[in-house]
Amino acid sequence: MLDGIKIAALGVMTFLFAMAANYGQEFVYQVHAVLLMLASAAAFIWAVRSTGSPKVAAAAPVEKGYMDEVVRYGVIATAFWGVVGFSAGTYIAWELAFPHLNWDLPWTSFGRLRPLHTSAVIFAFGGNALIATSFYVVQRTCATRLWGGNLAWFVFWGYNLFIVLAATGYVLGSTQSKEYAEPEWYVDLWLTIVWVAYLAIYLGTLVKRKEPHIYVANWFFLSFIVTVAMLHVVNNIAIPTSIWSSQSVILFPGVQGAMVQWWYGHNAVGFFLTAGFLGMMYYFVPKQAERPVYSYKLSIIHFWALIFLYIWAGPHHLHYTALPDWAQVLGMVFSVILWMPSWGGMINGLMTLQGAWDKLRTDPILRMLVVSVGFYGMSTFEGPMMAVRAVNSLSHYTDWTIGHVHSGALGWNGMITFGALYYLVPRLWHRERLYSITLVSWHFWLATIGIVLYASSMWVSGIMQGLMWREVDAQGFLVNSFADTVAAMHPMYVVRATGGILYLTGGIIMAYNLFKTAVGAGESTAPATTVAAE
Amino acid sequence: MAGNRELDTATNTETTGHEWDGIKELDTPMPRWWLLTFYATIIWGVIYVILFPAWPLIHAATPGLLGYSSRVEAAKEIADAEAANAPLDQALMATDISGDEANPELLAYATAGGGAVFRNNCSQCHGAGAAGARGFPNLLDDDWLWGGTAADIEQTVTHGIRYEQDDDTRFSQMPAFGDILSSEEINQLVNYVRSLSGLDHDSALTQEGSVLFADNCASCHGEDGKGSYDFGAPNLTDSIWLYGSDPDTLRETITNARFGIMPAFQGRLSADDIRKVAIYVHTLGGGQ
Ligand code: HEC
Ligand code: HEC
Ligand code: HEM
Ligand code: HEM
Repeated sequence: MLDGIKIAALGVMTFLFAMAANYGQEFVYQVHAVLLMLASAAAFIWAVRSTGSPKVAAAAPVEKGYMDEVVRYGVIATAFWGVVGFSAGTYIAWELAFPHLNWDLPWTSFGRLRPLHTSAVIFAFGGNALIATSFYVVQRTCATRLWGGNLAWFVFWGYNLFIVLAATGYVLGSTQSKEYAEPEWYVDLWLTIVWVAYLAIYLGTLVKRKEPHIYVANWFFLSFIVTVAMLHVVNNIAIPTSIWSSQSVILFPGVQGAMVQWWYGHNAVGFFLTAGFLGMMYYFVPKQAERPVYSYKLSIIHFWALIFLYIWAGPHHLHYTALPDWAQVLGMVFSVILWMPSWGGMINGLMTLQGAWDKLRTDPILRMLVVSVGFYGMSTFEGPMMAVRAVNSLSHYTDWTIGHVHSGALGWNGMITFGALYYLVPRLWHRERLYSITLVSWHFWLATIGIVLYASSMWVSGIMQGLMWREVDAQGFLVNSFADTVAAMHPMYVVRATGGILYLTGGIIMAYNLFKTAVGAGESTAPATTVAAE
Repeated sequence: MAGNRELDTATNTETTGHEWDGIKELDTPMPRWWLLTFYATIIWGVIYVILFPAWPLIHAATPGLLGYSSRVEAAKEIADAEAANAPLDQALMATDISGDEANPELLAYATAGGGAVFRNNCSQCHGAGAAGARGFPNLLDDDWLWGGTAADIEQTVTHGIRYEQDDDTRFSQMPAFGDILSSEEINQLVNYVRSLSGLDHDSALTQEGSVLFADNCASCHGEDGKGSYDFGAPNLTDSIWLYGSDPDTLRETITNARFGIMPAFQGRLSADDIRKVAIYVHTLGGGQ
């Protein structure tokens, strides 16, 4: 009965998307309608086939044990999107150094590839990493299978469909011009559905847990899922110009709109890139170090302080704008108070190694995790400092912000994800060990040197840019033109882009190493079932 | 759960007794320095929000004990700078523009200020070094379209060129000769124009070209092709080109004409800023 409804609904959807492809007012809308039509047709066929054959139903074993297949897919998607996102970042970094690389084509222009980069790294790479690790961690720490059966597959495929829609949209020029929330209204609606399903799975699994308490990693993951749902819905409220059009008008006007946008933007940092990744940290660091978490009390206090304070810090993105002073002051004050709660996570991560520091010498995976926590500490010191209005008057709009972003993104988010992937792949594919630890070391050093080049060049370039902008002569006249600052930054752009190549190379090495591990290369005991038939 | 607590020997600390997938937690107290710094930032925050505008009420926010306002502060900084420069600005506007340059103090002041105006308002078209680009004249040389005295430049900047929103704008329109002349005739003109500045040309065509030029072009570019400030018509006998001297570019210019537009800055810049930037451009090298 339920299957019947499902099949009918998917059939109707396929038909509606075909209709939308026909009526669509813009090319990008038509492309998206065709994509959605193909996706629902595929789901339709899958649904028909899995109900149609009673054999499949009978043969399906009673679902028990952990649901790991979806995590395996998530791991593959993370590595894949990581390489895509780093490539896009490296490419736009070279574009900034050598603008000819825009090729005078709309599709390859910086304006379209930049959101492609940010979405590919944050949502595709980071998002898949968060979904995969949260599914893995919640099952282990609740000692139960994921709630909701195939809903987890819906979340995985639905989320990746969202990414494909977003990415193709940017390249074809569709954007609602909100940073980190560029996709248009129908893509937003789709993500909302997927995200609610994700939340349901997570809550369902926590409710049916077999452990008496909820582990700290799960508090962080849950706060990330709940808050992102709220941020996403409020920030994307828009009125489409037509149901057949990809264009829409944002509901909040003017300075209110800016405030909503940066309330969203900052908490995307706070809950997507921080709280979610702290969830990862709280599982993989103690696991890899084989040590107990340093302080339970600290974890409670810093968790609640963090989630309470982050929400108010958004105005520091709008210092010295039309935003009223009082809001700027509050944003600044909450940002500075946020410093210690952020460092609570760093302390708990680093001090968990107490009694296991010697492992750093031999275990490059642990080294990655620790360096990651170090970068977390660094960017959460730099952030509150940049939130102080006097500092921000120099740093705002400059490459200093870009440097801050990437010491967090490459150092903290990137490295912790790499560590988690190296931890997960042998376990998920039942291998005794990674294909090559030497390659992990190579990855570690390439990534670290890449980050150092990136961050240091952006500090130099950002501070120089800020100082050149404000440089005035004795009578108060500006000394430099904008073009002078661009010319002066050129060498730093080349250094940054070189750092990008190193970081990307590390990512490719990781993908290779993980692939070899997953297929069982280099196992000491040759598996009996090596596939010879192909 | 207390029953499950155990002593971690490496740190000599008790665990909390919880365990998840093999992960335990130590019952370490929060680091003191951490807690104290946290409290310190909170206390600083409380003081700060008392001193500065912070809490939104129904009609306005609390003003803070210091009565700070970023807008008032910025307005005051601007007013102070303007007051400091006011005597020089008045002196600058009081004399005739060509007289301003005779006074070394005023000249230094005007070029410093004019340079800043130029870098912010003109460099995107004329280049940061004022060397120009295709269609945007080089302002460093002495080859002028509309005249190169300080007063001419001031007029150009104030009212713009072919800028329809300004009634006093400099105006002229070279016709698109593609509608008037045959392509053969245009070819003859191309060769004649190239001959004026000694570029390679087909001398078999210049004879007809010179006749066509006298009939169609001399009214603006002059009998000798040396141009005219009255029409902003370029000198075609020198080696400086606004759009280019290769045969294809010339054919394009003569067939379709160009109609370059420069915006008027009256209303966007103050009169003294316009005067400063005019003096600045005038001193760049080519001023007359
Ligand atoms: C939007 C582009 C643009 C901007 C901005 C601009 N100009 Fe121009 N300017 C032009 C163009 C185009 C011409 C040539 C018009 C023509 O073909 O006659 C020109 C011509 C001139 C001329 C006349 C040159 C001559 O040979 O007679 C002067 C002087 C000049 N600009 C000065 C300035 C100054 C000073 C500023 C800044 C306050 C400025 N321009 C800003 C586009 C611009
Ligand atoms: C009504 C006046 C007028 C007439 C008549 C006229 N021109 Fe021009 N010409 C101009 C002006 C003004 C410009 C400056 C370009 C612009 O329009 O912005 C110009 C520009 C040019 C240029 C470009 C010079 C450079 O430096 O790139 C060429 C070549 C030229 N004219 C050739 C001709 C020829 C050949 C004729 C006759 C067939 C002609 N013009 C007739 C006004 C005139
Ligand atoms: C190979 C590695 C990378 C390179 C070379 C790179 C390069 C770049 C470049 C050139 C920009 C544009 C900067 C500008 O507009 O001036 C950018 C923006 C950005 N990147 Fe990356 N990036 C990389 C990896 C990452 C990763 C892994 C993340 C996140 C997890 C990330 C997140 C961002 C964000 C959020 C922005 C926007 C910053 C802002 O608007 O302030 N990047 N990146
Ligand atoms: C206590 C923690 C933090 C604070 C108070 C903070 C503060 C700030 C400030 C003041 C800016 C500059 C705003 C501007 O001038 O435009 C900024 C930008 C940014 N920060 Fe942080 N930061 C913190 C942690 C982090 C972390 C851990 C990450 C990433 C992993 C991060 C990612 C970003 C991004 C992506 C931007 C750029 C936003 C944009 O303009 O596009 N921040 N942050």
